[in-house]
Amino acid sequence: MSPWLRLLLYLVAAPIIGGLLAGFDRRLSARMQARQGPPLLQPFYDVIKLWQKENIVVRRSQNFYILFFLLLVIFTGALFFAGSDLLLVIFALTLAAIFFVLGAYKASSPYSFLGAERELLQMMAYEPMVLLTAIGMYMVTKSFHVHEIASHPSLLIFALPGLFLGFLYTLEIKFRKSPFDLSCSHHAHQELVRGITTEFSGRALAMIEIAHWYENVFLLGWVYLFFGSMPALGVAVSLAVFLFVILADNVFARLKWQAVLKSAWLVAVILGFGNIVVLSLFR
Amino acid sequence: MILGSFAAGVGLLCLRPEHLRKLFVALATAAVCCGAMALLRLPAPLGAFTHDYHWVNLGMMFGEAAMAGYIVYISIRSRKPLILALILAQAGLILWFELAHGPQLRGVRNLYLDKFSVILALINGVVGGGICVYALGYMREYHEAAHRDVADRRPLFFALLFVFLGAMFGIIFANNLLWLFFFWEVTTLCSFLLIGYTGTAEARENALKALAMNLAGGLAFAIAIVWLYQKSGTVELQILLASKSGAALVPAALLCFAGMTKAAQLPFSGWLLGAMVAPTPVSALLHSSTMVKAGVYLVLRLSPVLTWTSVGMLVALVGATTFLVASLAAITASDAKKVLAYSTIGNLGLIVLCGGIGTDASVWAGVLLIIFHAVAKCLLFLCVGIVEHKSHSRDIETMSGLILRMPQLAVMMLIGMAGMFLAPFGMLISKWAVLKAVVDAFPALSIFVVFGSAATLFFWVKWMGKLLEVVKPREQLPEKLAWGETVALYGLSGATFLACLLFPLISSSLIEPYVAGVYGHSTSLGQGNVIIMTIMMVMVMLFPLSFINYGRGVKVMDAYLGGANAQSSVRFTGSGNTVCDVTLRNYYLQDFFNEKLIAKWGRIAGTALLAAMLTTAVLSSREPAVQQARNAATAPLPSPQPTATKLISL
Repeated sequence: MSPWLRLLLYLVAAPIIGGLLAGFDRRLSARMQARQGPPLLQPFYDVIKLWQKENIVVRRSQNFYILFFLLLVIFTGALFFAGSDLLLVIFALTLAAIFFVLGAYKASSPYSFLGAERELLQMMAYEPMVLLTAIGMYMVTKSFHVHEIASHPSLLIFALPGLFLGFLYTLEIKFRKSPFDLSCSHHAHQELVRGITTEFSGRALAMIEIAHWYENVFLLGWVYLFFGSMPALGVAVSLAVFLFVILADNVFARLKWQAVLKSAWLVAVILGFGNIVVLSLFR
Repeated sequence: MILGSFAAGVGLLCLRPEHLRKLFVALATAAVCCGAMALLRLPAPLGAFTHDYHWVNLGMMFGEAAMAGYIVYISIRSRKPLILALILAQAGLILWFELAHGPQLRGVRNLYLDKFSVILALINGVVGGGICVYALGYMREYHEAAHRDVADRRPLFFALLFVFLGAMFGIIFANNLLWLFFFWEVTTLCSFLLIGYTGTAEARENALKALAMNLAGGLAFAIAIVWLYQKSGTVELQILLASKSGAALVPAALLCFAGMTKAAQLPFSGWLLGAMVAPTPVSALLHSSTMVKAGVYLVLRLSPVLTWTSVGMLVALVGATTFLVASLAAITASDAKKVLAYSTIGNLGLIVLCGGIGTDASVWAGVLLIIFHAVAKCLLFLCVGIVEHKSHSRDIETMSGLILRMPQLAVMMLIGMAGMFLAPFGMLISKWAVLKAVVDAFPALSIFVVFGSAATLFFWVKWMGKLLEVVKPREQLPEKLAWGETVALYGLSGATFLACLLFPLISSSLIEPYVAGVYGHSTSLGQGNVIIMTIMMVMVMLFPLSFINYGRGVKVMDAYLGGANAQSSVRFTGSGNTVCDVTLRNYYLQDFFNEKLIAKWGRIAGTALLAAMLTTAVLSSREPAVQQARNAATAPLPSPQPTATKLISL
């Protein structure tokens, strides 16, 4: 498939897949909690409804940051699916996340401020592991380019088991799911309200939702890279990973930020860095 | 240019009336800038100059003796036996060497010029010149409004600034190590005088600390010169660089040691933090364009000698450790200047890391880091200086809402910070290149870079957020800038912007020729990546455009405060009907990252690594087997790392 076609496919299909996954998540979570749960298409109804609402803000410029957050998340995924440099993709993703955080800072409410600070902590927690994953893939395939990594003849998971597990750990943080939903809980809790998204409503909130859909598809795409040489297995594992994330969300309570930072860095050092050291010894 | 700057310095010492000084500084700065620009037009194969200026050598010898005498006087007056011992050892060594071997040193190529020196000369001229112009307005306000208690010694201050710039040009162009040493010592002395400018007890103490640490580096420098001459009969930097024998490792390691003291690497980071007591232009000068850049310049210059050696590996480790430790420490600081200082130390660590690895890709990345860091860091320092004057505090917490209180300055600071760490701006490109270079050379070192850069992200974004958030309606601060400050700030903002936009051009016309000249081949980012980054850059630059829509189609409400809002988003009725103010404070994680503990372990690690580096250098200069292995490794291209060449086609 040509990169442009992949790109186009991503732009059109990612929000649909992401939205369906979100709907599936809500339904499955509901069943785990012995509830009926909303229809599968509920996330789409929500976004459409949000889009029609009045624009209410605390600070007049706060929504501009969210628009750029959305644009940059889409851009990140586009780079990824077009097969570009993995490090560049990570930096673009970071840039997107920074816009989100700055938007929450700008909103200047105590809860969004707290959410922004915690989101930053989470970014600090997962960033090393994500970069190490890219480095590990580079060491095996000799390329940072996504399309070359994806078309590498061997299964990367065999060379990078530690990195894969570590990446799963950070994925939990990236999806903002329990036990790592420090910055924005999916259920309004007293001490956090809605964290980073507290002061966003209407269209801005809809854009945040859509950005998450794009982001999730991109992250699952990255999981696929570990199994690039066997596409069917790759897709299956990506979906399994998503199920695992939902399960973990419903099983665990939220951790304190100290625990998140410590454990994520420990995982990055032991699983991620350990894997890289082993790789460089056997090179 | 060296002489010109020195002359300007002497001239300024004599000029008392303020308006004359203004004119003179402006003219001198313009001359320095033009001189640096003119270097760009020089013919491509820049070379060495062999003029035999006996009287210059003599003059330098007397100059050194005079400086040594002055430092001896200081050390006795302030009762610092360590400084006394250091200065006596190094001055004795160098004077003995010059008297004993001076006559044999005729016909040495004293100066040398290539693209790397041109880059540094440009930074020195433009950024350093900008600082001098800025200092005009700043120092007037400093003495007339902010710090009336400090004795007004402005003629001396400006004289020192220009002597400093001149010495920096000297360091950049010198090829004769004795010349280089002379200028090296001039910067040490100037920085001592500038840090101690205010004359308070704290300033004196910190100045002495800086002096002691830099003299330790100077001593290593002196030993390096003598050692090099005894082993190979030369005092030329270029000959040292070209030599592939293990014997070159000892002087190279000693010179790296000297470079790392100047660049405030780990056991020696203290002096740069202490240098914050000086007026802002001094901090900016030390941090961005001169002093510390002299250190990393020397390490990067030496990197061809270090490639694939254990000495180089240890140099890289010192740099990597410094980067990580400084970045973690920066999280805990709320003093703006301290954050900047830690970030400087960290970035210098990255550059030293590049120098220690010494592959073509890493040197390319290191030079790029020097450029971007100089411009963006200088801008940030100058902004913080003005904010400090106007708001009488440099605590980041008091900068809350600066975007409304001092919009111009806040935007400039945001530009500077974006330049420091945000994709796709300058520093990030360089960090990216560093990461790739590290992975190709020593994958294990990447751990320092990934953790360090995660920490960098944290402390910069929370600062940016602080500037943007607006809690209370606060009084507008007077934002009137002196013309010099305006010129410097707008100039540097523009320079940050241009450097980011034009970086492919800078790379292809200046950095790549230098790297290719040294290694025979060079690295660059692939065209595809440059296009992607340009797209990203354009996207980010479009962001300000969205403010056209400011306040259109939105309904403004109060923030949710968790209780009944008592007065807009500022106060709320909490439990027990008490009315509370809203206060927001950033995370500093001081319990999690203990600054003192981090610094202590960093110093221990740094000392151990430096000791290991010097020992390995001495040991490996004796082992022929190591030399052979090294020669094989540095042989033209079939290096043990075939990936290093792959980078070319990124």
